Amino acid sequence: MFGRLTLNAFLHDFVQTQAVVGMVVGAIALVIGLTYFKLWKTLWNDWITTVDHKRIGIMYIVVVVIMFLKGFTDAMMIRLQQMLSVGDSQGFLDAAHFQEVFSAHGTTMIFFVGMGSVFGLMNLIIPLQIGARDVAFPFINALGFWLFASGALLSLISLAVGRFSGAGWLAYPPLSSLQYSPGEGVDYWIWIVQIAGIGSTIGGINFLVTILKMRCPGMTLMRMPIFVWSCLCAVILIVLAFPILTATLAMLSLDRTIGTHFFTVDGGGNYMMYINLIWAWGHPEVYILILPMFGVFSEIVPTFSEKRLFGYASMVWALLFITFISFVVWLHHFFTMGASPYVNAFFGIATMVIAIPTGVKIFNWLFTKFRGRVHFTSPMLWFFAFLLNFTVAGMTGMLLSVPPVDFQVHNSLFLIAHFHGMVIGGVLFGFFAAFTYWFPKFTGFYLDERLNWYAFWCWLSGFLLAFMPLYMLGFMGATRRLDHYEAETGWQFLFIVVFIGAIILFCGAIIQFAGLFWSIYNRKKNWDHTNGDPWNGRTLEWSIPSPPPIYNFATIPTVNSRDPLWEIKHGGSPPAKKEYEDIYLPINTSMGCFIGLFSLFFGFAMTWQMWWLAIISFVAIIVTLIIRLSSADKHKLITAEVVKKMESDQIRSQKSYG
Amino acid sequence: MKIPKKPVLPMLIAAGILIFIILLMQPFTILKFGDKIGVLFPKGMIGYEQRNLLFIVQALMLLVIIPVYVLTFMFSWIYRADNPRGIYDPDLVDNVPAEIIWWGLPFVMVVIVSVLTWIKTHELDPYKSIESKNKEMTVQVVALQWKWLFIYPTEKIASLNYLQLPVNTPVRFELSADSPMNSFWIPSLGGQIYAMPGMTTILNLIANEPGNYRGSSAHISGEGFARMYFNTKVTSKEDFDTWVATTQGTTNKLEIKAFNNLALPSVMDPQIFTLEDPELFDRIVNKYMHH
Amino acid sequence: MDKVEKGHSNTQLDLLHEETFTRTVFGFWLYLMTDCLLFGTLFCTYGVLYNQTAGGPSSNELFSLKLVFTETMILLLSSFSCGMALLAMLKFQKAKIIGWLMTTFVLGAAFLFLEITEFKDLIHDGHGPDRSAFLSSYFTLVGTHGLHVFFGLLWLTVMIWQVITFGVNIETFRRLVLFNMFWHLLDLVWIFIFTFVYLIGVN
Repeated sequence: MFGRLTLNAFLHDFVQTQAVVGMVVGAIALVIGLTYFKLWKTLWNDWITTVDHKRIGIMYIVVVVIMFLKGFTDAMMIRLQQMLSVGDSQGFLDAAHFQEVFSAHGTTMIFFVGMGSVFGLMNLIIPLQIGARDVAFPFINALGFWLFASGALLSLISLAVGRFSGAGWLAYPPLSSLQYSPGEGVDYWIWIVQIAGIGSTIGGINFLVTILKMRCPGMTLMRMPIFVWSCLCAVILIVLAFPILTATLAMLSLDRTIGTHFFTVDGGGNYMMYINLIWAWGHPEVYILILPMFGVFSEIVPTFSEKRLFGYASMVWALLFITFISFVVWLHHFFTMGASPYVNAFFGIATMVIAIPTGVKIFNWLFTKFRGRVHFTSPMLWFFAFLLNFTVAGMTGMLLSVPPVDFQVHNSLFLIAHFHGMVIGGVLFGFFAAFTYWFPKFTGFYLDERLNWYAFWCWLSGFLLAFMPLYMLGFMGATRRLDHYEAETGWQFLFIVVFIGAIILFCGAIIQFAGLFWSIYNRKKNWDHTNGDPWNGRTLEWSIPSPPPIYNFATIPTVNSRDPLWEIKHGGSPPAKKEYEDIYLPINTSMGCFIGLFSLFFGFAMTWQMWWLAIISFVAIIVTLIIRLSSADKHKLITAEVVKKMESDQIRSQKSYG
Repeated sequence: MKIPKKPVLPMLIAAGILIFIILLMQPFTILKFGDKIGVLFPKGMIGYEQRNLLFIVQALMLLVIIPVYVLTFMFSWIYRADNPRGIYDPDLVDNVPAEIIWWGLPFVMVVIVSVLTWIKTHELDPYKSIESKNKEMTVQVVALQWKWLFIYPTEKIASLNYLQLPVNTPVRFELSADSPMNSFWIPSLGGQIYAMPGMTTILNLIANEPGNYRGSSAHISGEGFARMYFNTKVTSKEDFDTWVATTQGTTNKLEIKAFNNLALPSVMDPQIFTLEDPELFDRIVNKYMHH
Repeated sequence: MDKVEKGHSNTQLDLLHEETFTRTVFGFWLYLMTDCLLFGTLFCTYGVLYNQTAGGPSSNELFSLKLVFTETMILLLSSFSCGMALLAMLKFQKAKIIGWLMTTFVLGAAFLFLEITEFKDLIHDGHGPDRSAFLSSYFTLVGTHGLHVFFGLLWLTVMIWQVITFGVNIETFRRLVLFNMFWHLLDLVWIFIFTFVYLIGVN
């Protein structure tokens, strides 16, 4: 009846029990809060059943913040353990638990914090920047979010019920095969990633069609904001790469459930095939994470330099170049697996080639600042931090791409320092920049600049302290994922430095959380009185009120250049005409949430081998999908008169604060 | 809301100081830890070649990185909004010569590094035997959960979690595993290679200085993986021969049954054996094959 | 279906329907492309593993070209009948649409029946997907195609019901266009399976 689930699954060691209790208390507090403030109806009508891309974007960000808390806690635990566990001491985590912690850390950060940031930003910004009222497939977009949230929730459940995988964030076989990992951990990992991955695939299809088919009149591809270009390249990568992940995870799951021999050691299985397939997906994945953040910087630097982006065409070609070459570099993740020097050298050279367009982008951003008027607002601070940290990580990437050098640093802490420089220096700082930049657009008020200033210093110094010593530790022979080492290695000194850096990073994160709540508390003081354009922006999202009305644009704009809003403000283009028309918008639906819920049950059932529940929830998914996809197209109508009234009401309420 | 102005000069100075402190950590740690930094102070020719390649590529990269840092600081200072002396040229959006430089120079650099990569990847192919006036010896390595078994087929001995090698002798390691994937790495001697079940990989290394060097597994293989470290003792040929002779006299025998016991998941102290079965390594590699 | 509000023109709605059609067809093409990549991954895996018979039987001992030829003909005919259904829809011939769709269903079901029988016999003889890597990849590749056919039949059932109930309108037309794309793609994937798995496997 319960498959292989027993009461034992609810028993954990002291540390984990505390985490579970914290989670449960948090959930209960949330329920109580929602009940006390009578918010259930709003939650259902305005958020759970919404198909509005702006609301969906905000929900993505909320999940990102929650999962970031989890992933960051994992990181602190890893570094604390490594500082303490020397010689006779085993630290505070046993080896098996430690391995679950770092596996969860990587999985959470890549699939939920990283992908969530990307999809959150795409949802919030793309339709506004291309002058569209909605995305191409509002329901599919919502469904993509609910599958993502379902994966996130399953990963939180894996903390409380049973054990998670100890095989790392990519679960290489043979370690992840039934032979060496017979428990539920790897199955949890498979279904968490599989469900979230399918959400990403359909979300990617949605944005690909949105960008290609829904740009406003006059916005040719070469007049699109670079953020939209970078997202276009990211979704091309999503659509081409994620199916590989889906198939590979399915095969690993078949190995573990019905005993097939895709990646087993016996029966003719080939686990090296898994490694090739997973990285054929995995390398495009890291570009999916970074390209939109490059796009974010391409918006922020021109805005705060009061100058057009330098070399627009060059930037576009650089993006396309990166996109296509990213499919022929995957082997650099396993140069040490014994391939011939012809193979290794080819992939090494291809990897180096990708560094060229990345460098070009950095120079173009710098020269956007050249002879501009640079304002060091919060977003620009994060750009500065990005320049300092990401460049070094990129350089060490070049070192890693030379196979004989890689032989000496692969899987050591040198590698960890490199890729964290890319994801923290690039993806995370890009996300912070985007968050501080676009926050006023969706709320109508600014974030507290002073608290962000302190957070920036914590992140910049903390990052340097927590990750630069890792390069040297790698040279000293310290490999990744170690839960213990001997005192004679001499590594503890540097691990202490690294932990201090982690504490500083933690302070930075705390300041950011506090800053968010403080800003909301002080919102009247920080109100944006500029009618939706607080930063003197250049692109279309700043031409509509903050927060944007549900239909985004009362009148669909026509553009005739890049930076259309800048042109309007500086007389290069005529201002938008105020002609109001009837607007049809999609209606709310609960189907996305239900399919997400059934997917959660399905993933849980498959993990614990509760076959009856798996079958029922799978059938429920199919039935709900069929009902939704065969139902008639329905829209709600906002008449032109209502639009006109909403527009004038917004302007009046904007002026009334202050 | 009025955006508070950031103090740009103090910010740049503070960032500069931070970077300087971090840079200082490099020579400091090198002085403090010296030879413990196996990759930077290798004791074998392969490691030595790999380190030199690292330095060359690093130096080339600095040619790109240093200008980026300099420009970052310079432009942040000169073109800050409240600098009356900064030229403001909002129409400067393209400059073909500039683009040619920063597409072109990195391209040239990548070509140089690519040629170097091609040549060195072939030269430093782990499968390539090392040329030396001394005769090559073979050590068969089997990764187990969670220990390393070293089989000396010619000497007919074996050791667990302990490797002894003669100095200046090319060693051909033949690697396999009866465990999940592991990675065999002795940083002081040279780069690593994966040790995988059902397959054989080859790694050629040579130790040019006597000493004790740490080796470990660089790929996670289960709970006890952090305990998979071993000492590599490099001695003179005479001392090595003495050790071989002593080991050949031990009563601890290694054949397939004893091996199967070793292969059970456990962490063990170093041991030595006489090799009862010269075909043992092949048997281990073929364990999962169907005949 | 959206009704036109009193006093409002239906040009907005017409534009909406046209845009929905174009975007949905394009989006569905993209989904089919992701499906191709999924099959591509399974083909790659088959290509790597087809010789790994682990001491068991190999492809030339297990595959029957006669059965496969029958399956191929059935599937090709079902693609034909599916196309005929779309042509009938362009002429608003409701009865003919339903007839062709039902033919497609019967042929698709026959294909699936033959395939399931083949699988059942293999498993019964001890040549199931857990026997060797070759058989694992064979069953998964061909089985995934069969699973797609199964969901196609499910879709077809709903389509038949929709045409009976609502006749020909912008929605049922759009959905039949999508179904055609899906069904023809399954045919195309089958041609690849037929060639690379069966024809080559038998030699």
